[in-house]
Amino acid sequence: MSAVESPRKIEVFPVIGLEVHAQLLTRSKIFCGCPVTVGAPPNSATCPVCLGFPGTLPVLNREAVTLALRLALAAGATLHRESQFARKNYFYPDLPKGYQISQYDRPFSTGGSIAIDTPEGEKAIRLVRIHLEEDAGKLLHDTPYDDVPENVSLVDWNRAGVPLVEIVGEPDLRSAEEAASYLTELRRLVRYTGVCDGDMEKGSLRCDANVSVRTSPTAPLGTRVEIKNVNSIRFVAKAIEHEIERQAQSLARGEAIVQETRLWDEKGGRTVSMRSKEEAHDYRYFPEPDLGLLVLDEKWIAEARGALPELPRRRRERLATAHGLAPQDADTLVSARELADYYERVVAAGVPGRLAANWVTGEALRWMKERRVSTEQALSFSVSPERLAGLLKLVESGEISAASGKDVLVAMLDSSTEAAAIVAEKGLGRMRDTGALEAAVAEIVAGNPSQVALFKSGKTQTFGWFVGQVMKKTGGRADPAAVREALTRALESAGP
Amino acid sequence: MSAVPGVIETAAAVSSGRRTAVAEVEAALARIAEGDGRFGAFLEVTGDLALEEARAVDARVAAGERLPLAGVAVAMKDNMWVAGRRTTCASRILEGFQPPGDSTVAARLRRAGAVFVGRANMDEFAMGSSTENSASHVTRNPWDVSRVPGGSSGGSAAAVAAGFVAGAFGSDTGGSIRQPAACCGVVGFKPTYGRVSRYGLVAFASSLDQIGPLTRSVGDAARLYRVVAGFDPLDSTTVDRETGDPEGALGRGVAGMRIGFLEEAEGEGLDPEVAANLEAARRIFRDAGAEVTRVSVPRTTVAIAIYYVVASAEASSNLARFDGVRYGPRASDADLRALYVESRTRGFGPEVKRRILLGTFALASGYYEAYYGRAMRVRHLLSDDFDRAFARTDAIVCPSIPAPAFRVGEKTDDPLTMYLSDVFTVPASLAGLPAISVPSGLTASGLPLGIQVLGPRFGEETVFAAARALEAAADFPDAIPAVAG
Repeated sequence: MSAVESPRKIEVFPVIGLEVHAQLLTRSKIFCGCPVTVGAPPNSATCPVCLGFPGTLPVLNREAVTLALRLALAAGATLHRESQFARKNYFYPDLPKGYQISQYDRPFSTGGSIAIDTPEGEKAIRLVRIHLEEDAGKLLHDTPYDDVPENVSLVDWNRAGVPLVEIVGEPDLRSAEEAASYLTELRRLVRYTGVCDGDMEKGSLRCDANVSVRTSPTAPLGTRVEIKNVNSIRFVAKAIEHEIERQAQSLARGEAIVQETRLWDEKGGRTVSMRSKEEAHDYRYFPEPDLGLLVLDEKWIAEARGALPELPRRRRERLATAHGLAPQDADTLVSARELADYYERVVAAGVPGRLAANWVTGEALRWMKERRVSTEQALSFSVSPERLAGLLKLVESGEISAASGKDVLVAMLDSSTEAAAIVAEKGLGRMRDTGALEAAVAEIVAGNPSQVALFKSGKTQTFGWFVGQVMKKTGGRADPAAVREALTRALESAGP
Repeated sequence: MSAVPGVIETAAAVSSGRRTAVAEVEAALARIAEGDGRFGAFLEVTGDLALEEARAVDARVAAGERLPLAGVAVAMKDNMWVAGRRTTCASRILEGFQPPGDSTVAARLRRAGAVFVGRANMDEFAMGSSTENSASHVTRNPWDVSRVPGGSSGGSAAAVAAGFVAGAFGSDTGGSIRQPAACCGVVGFKPTYGRVSRYGLVAFASSLDQIGPLTRSVGDAARLYRVVAGFDPLDSTTVDRETGDPEGALGRGVAGMRIGFLEEAEGEGLDPEVAANLEAARRIFRDAGAEVTRVSVPRTTVAIAIYYVVASAEASSNLARFDGVRYGPRASDADLRALYVESRTRGFGPEVKRRILLGTFALASGYYEAYYGRAMRVRHLLSDDFDRAFARTDAIVCPSIPAPAFRVGEKTDDPLTMYLSDVFTVPASLAGLPAISVPSGLTASGLPLGIQVLGPRFGEETVFAAARALEAAADFPDAIPAVAG
């Protein structure tokens, strides 16, 4: 539990709860057959249903429910056999029907939790509920079109009817850092489960934060302020940080906190008031009469459960214990499902865990970043897990040095040649030709009479210098043991 | 009126080649052109489109297709999409609205060989019981043009009563098919909720709206219903269940059928002529061999109260989309608020505004439990009441309307009295039950009365069988004297 010091020396204890909207990765919208699109021309992915034409009716997309179920199961939530859609009524030009179809007092899922890491250890952030709803369209105030006057706003309804889940968290978070951890964990979970792409900048994951402060960790909850639509995890943390400070200063001045909705102003680095409680909408929720109850049967739940992958925290635990990885490496690997998959495929191809982890978290992540290759693409990239494994086996057996391995990897990025072939072609492999080794040794011994003399006079530490010279001569490819053996023999038989 | 062939008769004549769809439709168009000046049943007659469609039907018949509605001219209430026509709900706010295609109902009718002759007038957004709330004009009752045809499907009822078309479609939310049918002396049928797709029906109250036919005979209603009924993947509230054989059920009779007369509909307040008419119906059923009893459905007495909360609440939400942003006239561009306020203020008529306000209030935070929540709970209890009643009886009978059609303007200043016109039709809507209104007699002043038969959910066959028995024995003229005259 962290306390924040305000300039006026009032110690406050923040209480934070997040409401997260995640856009589901379905092919079509939640209540009609229109495709879910990214970057399509405005209003090209619309139909009478998602435009709210009079006479149209919603028909629930089964795939949206299946994805929502998967997320709820991943969060350990309680699924309700019967749930109900409700209408949330308000006027806005991006809302075609004048109401949003959502779930209200009977959501399909309640409870569950998201575990986060804190300095004090793991902490479970409880969920109030997860529910399904439809997205609204988008308003364009600064239109990009020359023939549209400046004071005109345009509406793009491509997003109207895109399926969302809203994940409502309990006010269990106690700092901006915890809020950021929670969001990071939640984003990883939606990505792992394939429920949402988790892209906050594009708005497929959106976060509203409820923030209140109190003067003692056991005092009743303070008046909460809602901060809306912040589009990155970093900004969410900054906005919360700022809001805590603002509230602390208000309290220090003896002012009451006003229940209101505030917007994060990134340029100003502050939150600004959007509307007060008095101006809040009365949404007049009531059960959606156009849709029957949403009834979940065993089969449907089993189908969703069957599609659940190993969840990130469990996977991290397994990699740390069964593979003996450092906690930091395990954490990096599970940051994206495909990265961990990549790693596990390298291991499956016969590379020891730690070696694989070193290379995947180091070299592989580096080229993925440099070449803008997503973790997903990496699985089928020129350096596939299996090809990397081929290289790492050479390093592990001592066939090539780690340094050579890195050069080979660079060469592999732009070719389809196997690691072993590149090693052979570049002559990087271990020297197996004893004749060549003997020749190199003989050459070094013959070419350095003064060093030989020093050695013969008893300065045996010069032996190391000879080894170095031979290794240099052979390009590091010679087996150090064989070098020692050959050198010992050559020096003994060398002239006085 | 008797000269004008019915639905089944027309389909048979066109199918057999004795008549053509074009001839049938031309005849219907001629009747409308000649007579509708007096009644105003139509908002628009789409003659050219209809004739074009009739030619297509004739080609299909010639190609050997068997069409259950070959060449049948129908009128469609103006809240259902029909391809090529506008759909305006008799409202200014939908002026010029062109639907993207056929409603499911229109598509099924088209496939069956029906032809759409025009858009029938209605109360704006189906809110009303007199068709006086149309933004266009008031429709007159063909039996007495000083009177309303009932509503909200008043145009559909008048078009059938006047003999313009043998069949029309309306929508029924609290009685909007059955009440005007009774007022105009025609048959009006509301199916079980979920039997007929609402796709392409502009919603008034989604949990109540149901499309159904208005015809001159019970048999014709059964034919039209059978064509449009059945599961629709575009409407999640339709049921995936066999439609059955409503036409086959017509001849079953009521011998041995338990028919319960609704206790709550009878009593001191009942109009004496309506009471006498109900007595006649009781005799008819008894004479036909039914086991006639009395049955109580206690919460029907509070049905109107439940209805105006639930229907208005849903309407307030359903009508939010009419905001001037995407379609319909935009009254102001000054700013967003003006766009909404001006467009909606000018676009909606007073009754629609009244219901939106009522519904918005019923759903408001702090009032939800007292109004909407409570109304929904009592609605479920009413359904339970019906379930219990249907454990003891096969069909329930009550009047369709508490009094014959009233005079134009008589109730426009008194919405509460107007709301009571639906007192007998609202219960079946709230419980989602199939119900039919059958013309059952005339008052001393020559105005039609109707008797309603309610069945259990999905009990359409029973309803049609009982309705047919009543129709066969009821003392009702074949034609409207004034129209026929």
